Amino acid sequence: MSELHIVVCGSIVPDPLQTLAPTEGPSGWALKNEMMLPAVLDPWAGHALFEAAALAKANPGSRVWLVSLAPKAKLQQVMMSVSQKAPFELVVADGPASGFTDSFETARVLAESIKGIAGLDTGKLLLFGGWQSASRGSGAVMQMVGEILGVTEQFQGVDKLAVRDDGSMEVKERIEGGAYQISVVSGAPAVFGWATGELPEPPNNPQTGMQNMQKNMPALMQAKPADLSGSGLRLSEVAVPQQRRETRVVKDVPVDDMAREIVEWLKA
Amino acid sequence: MNTVLFLAHTECDGTLHKSALEALTAATALAGGLGHTLVVGIIGAEVTAAADSVAQCGARIYGVSGPAFADGRYASDLAAAEAVAKACDAQIVVAPATSRFSRALPGLAVRLGGRVDTHLSGLEAADGQPVARRWFYRQRMEGTLTRSERPWVLTLDSGCAEPFSGAGKAEVEALAVDVATRTTVSGLECPSADQQTIRPDARVLLVAGAGWTKKQADGAVHVDAAEETILTFLNATKSSLGSSKSLVDISGEGHAVISFLTHMHQVGQTGSSPRHAKGLATCCHGEEPHVVGWRFIGERRAINTDAGCGWAQGKCDVLYVGDAFAVMKKVNELLG
Repeated sequence: MSELHIVVCGSIVPDPLQTLAPTEGPSGWALKNEMMLPAVLDPWAGHALFEAAALAKANPGSRVWLVSLAPKAKLQQVMMSVSQKAPFELVVADGPASGFTDSFETARVLAESIKGIAGLDTGKLLLFGGWQSASRGSGAVMQMVGEILGVTEQFQGVDKLAVRDDGSMEVKERIEGGAYQISVVSGAPAVFGWATGELPEPPNNPQTGMQNMQKNMPALMQAKPADLSGSGLRLSEVAVPQQRRETRVVKDVPVDDMAREIVEWLKA
Repeated sequence: MNTVLFLAHTECDGTLHKSALEALTAATALAGGLGHTLVVGIIGAEVTAAADSVAQCGARIYGVSGPAFADGRYASDLAAAEAVAKACDAQIVVAPATSRFSRALPGLAVRLGGRVDTHLSGLEAADGQPVARRWFYRQRMEGTLTRSERPWVLTLDSGCAEPFSGAGKAEVEALAVDVATRTTVSGLECPSADQQTIRPDARVLLVAGAGWTKKQADGAVHVDAAEETILTFLNATKSSLGSSKSLVDISGEGHAVISFLTHMHQVGQTGSSPRHAKGLATCCHGEEPHVVGWRFIGERRAINTDAGCGWAQGKCDVLYVGDAFAVMKKVNELLG
């Protein structure tokens, strides 16, 4: 087994149970009451973080960094719970986590943050992140971060990563039709955009949380504002589809009649 | 004259996927609307048959072929795409949002010094400018966007345009591309024909909600019966099987689970948003993320014991208020 330097890119998103509405402000499109919405770690980035922690534990001497572009006040709230899940070192770029932010600008800021990590050995680098986000969902940021950093072995929709004794890695990537593509990469550095992986969410460990926050609070406090102004992206309109169906409610009807109607509909 | 490049990769049999033909329709219309030249680039082990299948689009066709391009792999696909884009000096690149190109083409934007927008739901020329539409926050709101940067790489989701039709005899200009990579594709792991999953070509999506694993009227759970009922229906109809996230996740909470459901079946906010002509939801309840899973389903029906279910009201066409165990058992009997 070998030492790995695993950098996980992940930001925060509104709690999925919240009703979202767009609004246009002086600085462009945003979510209505965005700063008031409860936030969570992006689900796919969360899977990537848990996989990174498990991989680091299995490879002694490995380190895990979580690099996040997000408003630091909201990020701090989310970190109170995420920090209890797995040990990691936090790197923060203070900026919007909005889904309306340009994916390239996001990638550029993340790549610059990663370049600034002290002690990171790019020869041992495994760059993790979600294959998409629950905000913009571009599925493009990780590839661009990797490309900017010169990492050209890349995988997306990853559900399994197995490190072999010789340092090579077998990767299962989701492709169309519920199938997987199996690949082998000779070793680090490489980029992995995770789907759900195969690990359950770790239970909270308050001790891990306290150790993490002792290191990570300074990172939050010292986070520098990120500049994402270099984009020519213009959103002319954003709207929630208002389509509402006239639902016909069938009740107090015998089961046989319901079933017959469903079968006729299926066969039509 | 400026160039719109349509990029495609071949399937295992050397043909182009339907989503590629749809993207070609969009690229052709965009090039026409902007007054740009359309160029086609095809990547694969062998590209002649694919080029012939789109010969009547009237575009110059570049091909990058050989064993190194048979499988989807970031380094080789990106090297091929970069070579074609540079050969025709593309200002706009349009490609299907397949898993293969979704992996590789964001990197193309970096190499070309351009930008990328992915998973588009629409693309057109308006006032001499390309205008794209895409979803934000997992299909919860749709936006219209433009960009000043060029080259602009665009990937289009399937089902957003009519497939191009126009076969003939094409002339392909071959480009030689060197590939340096440390990755070897060793194969595919495909679900068997009887294994239940999201089937892109299925007409019907069956969504299984958490109610299948909850206590029933007799105070007991009946997961065995639920599994048998769901599998019998799927075997009879060859439908896609989707699941709510709660049903997939409850294994971590120590609850009974349906053995064949995994995160691969998840639809909604943290899963897929499949496109099927019909959808039948069973034992689901109404929360905001579920709306996302329904977004692209045509005709929608639901079976639920709650007549006021928020999952169904205003979102499905017909709500059957009843016990899904009983109704689906009878449905299976009628399906034979």
